[in-house]
Amino acid sequence: MKARYLQVLAFVALVSAIQLLTRVTDSAYHLTQLTMTAYYSVLIIGLCMLVGYAGQISLGHAGFFCIGGYIAAFLTTHDLSMHKGKPLVALLSKTGILASRPDLYGGNLLTFHSWAACVVAMLTALVIAWVIGGPVLKLKGHYLAMATLGFGTIVYRIALGTTLLGAADGISDVPPFWVLPGIEISGNASVRVMNYYIAWGLVTAGVVLLLNLIHSRAGRGLAAIHGAEDAAEAMGIPTARYKLNTFVLSAVFAALAGVLLTHYNGGIGPSEASVMKSVRYLAIVAIGGMANLWGSLFMSLVLNYLSLRGYFGTYDDAVFGCILILIMLFAPEGLIRRSILKDLKRFVSGGVAEETGP
Amino acid sequence: MSLLSVQDLSKRFGGLQAVDNVSFVVPQGAIKALIGPNGAGKTTLFNLISGVLRPDSGSISFNGGTVQGLMPHEIAAKGIARTFQHIRLFPKMTVLENIMVGRHLHSRAGFISGMLNLPFTRREQKEVAAKSRAVMEFLGIAALADAEATSLAYGQQRVVELGRALASEPKLLLLDEPAAGLNMRETVEMSALIGRIRDLGITVFLVEHDMSLVMNISEEILVLSYGQKIADDKPLAIQKNSEVIKVYLGEDNAAN
Amino acid sequence: MNIDLFFQYVVAGITYGTVYAIVAIGFNIIYNATGIINFAQGEFVMLGGMTAVTFHSFLPLPLAIIVAVMVVTIIGALIEVLFIRWLHKPSVLRMIIITIGISILIRETALHIWGEGVQALPYFTGTSVSALNLGGVFVSPQVIWVVGIGAIVVVLLNVFFNYTILGRQLRACSANRDAARLCGINAKNVVTFSFMLSAAIGALGGSIVSPITYVQYDSGTPLAIKGFTVAILGGLGNSTAAVGAGMILGVLESFSIAVLPAAYKDVIAIVILLCILFIRPSGIFGSTEAARLKEF
Repeated sequence: MKARYLQVLAFVALVSAIQLLTRVTDSAYHLTQLTMTAYYSVLIIGLCMLVGYAGQISLGHAGFFCIGGYIAAFLTTHDLSMHKGKPLVALLSKTGILASRPDLYGGNLLTFHSWAACVVAMLTALVIAWVIGGPVLKLKGHYLAMATLGFGTIVYRIALGTTLLGAADGISDVPPFWVLPGIEISGNASVRVMNYYIAWGLVTAGVVLLLNLIHSRAGRGLAAIHGAEDAAEAMGIPTARYKLNTFVLSAVFAALAGVLLTHYNGGIGPSEASVMKSVRYLAIVAIGGMANLWGSLFMSLVLNYLSLRGYFGTYDDAVFGCILILIMLFAPEGLIRRSILKDLKRFVSGGVAEETGP
Repeated sequence: MSLLSVQDLSKRFGGLQAVDNVSFVVPQGAIKALIGPNGAGKTTLFNLISGVLRPDSGSISFNGGTVQGLMPHEIAAKGIARTFQHIRLFPKMTVLENIMVGRHLHSRAGFISGMLNLPFTRREQKEVAAKSRAVMEFLGIAALADAEATSLAYGQQRVVELGRALASEPKLLLLDEPAAGLNMRETVEMSALIGRIRDLGITVFLVEHDMSLVMNISEEILVLSYGQKIADDKPLAIQKNSEVIKVYLGEDNAAN
Repeated sequence: MNIDLFFQYVVAGITYGTVYAIVAIGFNIIYNATGIINFAQGEFVMLGGMTAVTFHSFLPLPLAIIVAVMVVTIIGALIEVLFIRWLHKPSVLRMIIITIGISILIRETALHIWGEGVQALPYFTGTSVSALNLGGVFVSPQVIWVVGIGAIVVVLLNVFFNYTILGRQLRACSANRDAARLCGINAKNVVTFSFMLSAAIGALGGSIVSPITYVQYDSGTPLAIKGFTVAILGGLGNSTAAVGAGMILGVLESFSIAVLPAAYKDVIAIVILLCILFIRPSGIFGSTEAARLKEF
C-alpha cells in the first residue's frame, strides 16, 4: 500500500484517538474547538498547496473564507416569505432550492436550503478567484503580497460596512447544514461527536485529494514551476494556467471551510476577513514547512486549537506575529522537515543556511 | 527540408541591437552550431526561438508553421525542447521526477483527474515513469534515478537536463552551451551523446564555445557577431573564413 | 455641491494626502537603500503620534514631539539591527513575512501599552474650532502646520540626498550596493540609517497630524496600505512623485464620500492600488526598470 495512504490511516487513527481520549477523560467539550480547528484546517491545506507547492504568496485568503461564509449565512437567513407569490420564488421552492423552517416566533422562514447556499457560495468564490487570479498572479513578490492583502481588506471592508450583511455584528441565527437525513452540521452539544467526525472526515478527504494531486502530473508541474519557472514553461507546462488553477482550488477550499464553519458556529462576523486572520493562516503554513501538507495540518491542529481555547489570551495576534518572525528569521523552511537536526547543528555552529525559498 | 527557418529576425534592448536582421535555416536531421564571441546575441537568439523573448520584427517558422510570438509552452508543444546555459534543473526533485516533467506534453492528466487519482491517471503515471527510465537508460544515468537532481556532479546534471529535454520527444533540440563547465573527457562524451541523439532523428541546434566539439560534430555552423550573421557554412569553410577569423582573433590574424 | 464644500473636501484631501505622502517617502527611502518593502512603515507613524502624546503629559509640546521622533528613530534602528541586518540574501517572501510580523508585534505592543482608545496631541496653535480665512476658504491652522512641515521635510530630504555626503552614500547604495561597498561605503550602516530616517519622518508625520486624524493602536496598517499605494502610484522609489501621488489619493478619497457610503472610503485606496498593479505597476512617473523589484 502506498506510503501516503498509510500516512492517511495514521492520521485517521490519531483523530479517533483524540476523540476517545476526550470520552475517557469526560472532557467532550474540547471537541467543539477541535471541530472548529478542523474547518480552519481545510483552508490551511488549500493554502499550503498555493504557497508551498505553487510558490505564490497570499495575504488575503481570509477573504475567500468570508465570501463562502457570508454568502451561506446570508442565503440561509434572509427571509423570502414575503415574496412567496413571485414566480421565481415559487419555482425555487418547488425544486427544493428554497426551504421552509419555523422561526422563533411561530411563523415560517423561507430561505435557501443549506446545500443550495453552499453551492452558490463555492461557485461565487470560484468565479471571483478565477477573475482576479489572472491579473493578480502575474505579479511577483511584494506586488503579489500587496494585491492579495488589498483583496482581503476589500472583503473585510465590505463585510464591515454593509448593513445587509450585518455590518459590525455579522450574521447570526444561521441554521445547521443538512448533510443526510438525521445528520447535520451544527454546534448543538447533542451532535458533538458526530460533528467532530464529519469535520475531520472532510479534512481527511481534502488531504487525500491534495496528496493525490501532489504526486500527479499536475503536482509535478507545480513543483517544477516553483523550482524553475522558465524551465517548466520550456517543458510545455502552461505556468500561468497552473498557478491560476491552484489559486482557484485554494479559494474553493477556503470558501467551503467558511460555509461549513459558519453553519457550525451558527453565524459569522467581519473579523473572519481581517488581515490578521490571513496572516495567521500564512504563519501556520510557514511554520508547518511551506511545501509540507502534513506539517501545515499538524501545526493547524495545534495552533488553531490553542488559539480557540484562548490559551494565548489577549496576546493571540502577537503570538502569531512572533511565530512568523521567528520562523522566517531562523527556520524559513519551516520546523517540520527531515533536515531539521542537520540545520539545528549548523545553526548552533554558526553556519549560513541555504536559501531555497520562493 | 528546413525544419527551422528564421527570417530577418531582430531584437533590441534599449540602446543595444542584440539580434540584427538574422536569417538562416536549420535543415531537418542536421546538427547545426551557433558560435560567436561573447555578447554576439547567441542566447538572445535561442530565447527568441524558444519563445522566452518576443522579436521586434522578423519571423520564425518551424515545421511549416509560424512560431514567433507564441508562449514558450506552446512552442514546446510544437516539438522544440531546450536546455539552458546555467543548468535549470528542478531542485527538491529527483532525477526521475525531473525527467518525468519532460513527459508533460505526452500525458494528459489534469488537476481534477490528478486529485481523484482515476485509473487512467495511474496507468499514465506508470507509462510516464517507464518512458523516463528508458530515456535514462539511453543516456546511461539509470542508476541515478532516485538521487536529488541538484546534488549531482555538474557533468551529470548536464546529462539529466538533456534527458529532460529528450523525454519530450522533440523534433528540434536547442542546446545552450552543453559543454560549458565540462572537462575534456566529459566534452568528448557529450559529443558522442549529441551524435547519438541526432541518430534518433532529432535535429540539433546548439550554441557552444568549445571549438573542438563544434568542429567535430556540426554539419553547419552559423556565426554571429554583434547581433549580425557573418557566416553560415560548413565547418571547414568557416575555419578559413576571414571574417570569422577577424571577429575571433582580430584584424592582424585575418590578414595572415 | 456648493463651492465651500468643494474646498473643504480639497483641504481634507491635501491634509490626508500629506500624511500618505510622508508614509510613501518612508517606504521609498528604505526601498531605495535596500530593496525591502517595509510593511511596518505605518507603525512608525502610529508610534510617533502615540509616544508624542505620552511625552506631552510631562513635556512641553515641541519637546514632546522631538523626543517622540528620537525614540521612534531608535526603534527603527533597533528593528533593523535585530531583524534585518544579519539576514543573508533572504528571499522576497521571507522579507515580506518578517516585516509583517514586525508590524504585528509593534501593533500588539502598542495595544498593551496604550489600550484601544484614540489619542491626539492638542492643536499646535488655536483649537479644534479655530479657522484661518484663506481667500474665502476656512482652514484649520493645523492643516497649515501639516502641509508646512511636510513641505519642509520634502525640501530637507532633497537637500540631504543631493548635497550631503551621507545622502550621496545612500543614493550610491541604492544604485549598486556592491559598487558602493567597493568605494568604501559601509553598506550595513547605510541600511540602518535608512531605517532610522524613515522612522523619524514617519514619527514626525504621525505627531503633526494626530490632532486632526487621531491615532490608535491599529492606525498603522491602513496607513501602510495607503502609503504603499501612493508610493507605487508615483513610481516606487521616487519620493518627489510620491508627494503628487499623495495629493491625488488624498483628494480622491476625500471626494469619494460624496458618492459612496463613508464605510467604503478605505476601499478607494485599495481599488486604486489594484488598478495600478494590474495596469501599470511602474506608476505614473516610474520606469519599468524601477517596477522590477530590487534585490536586497
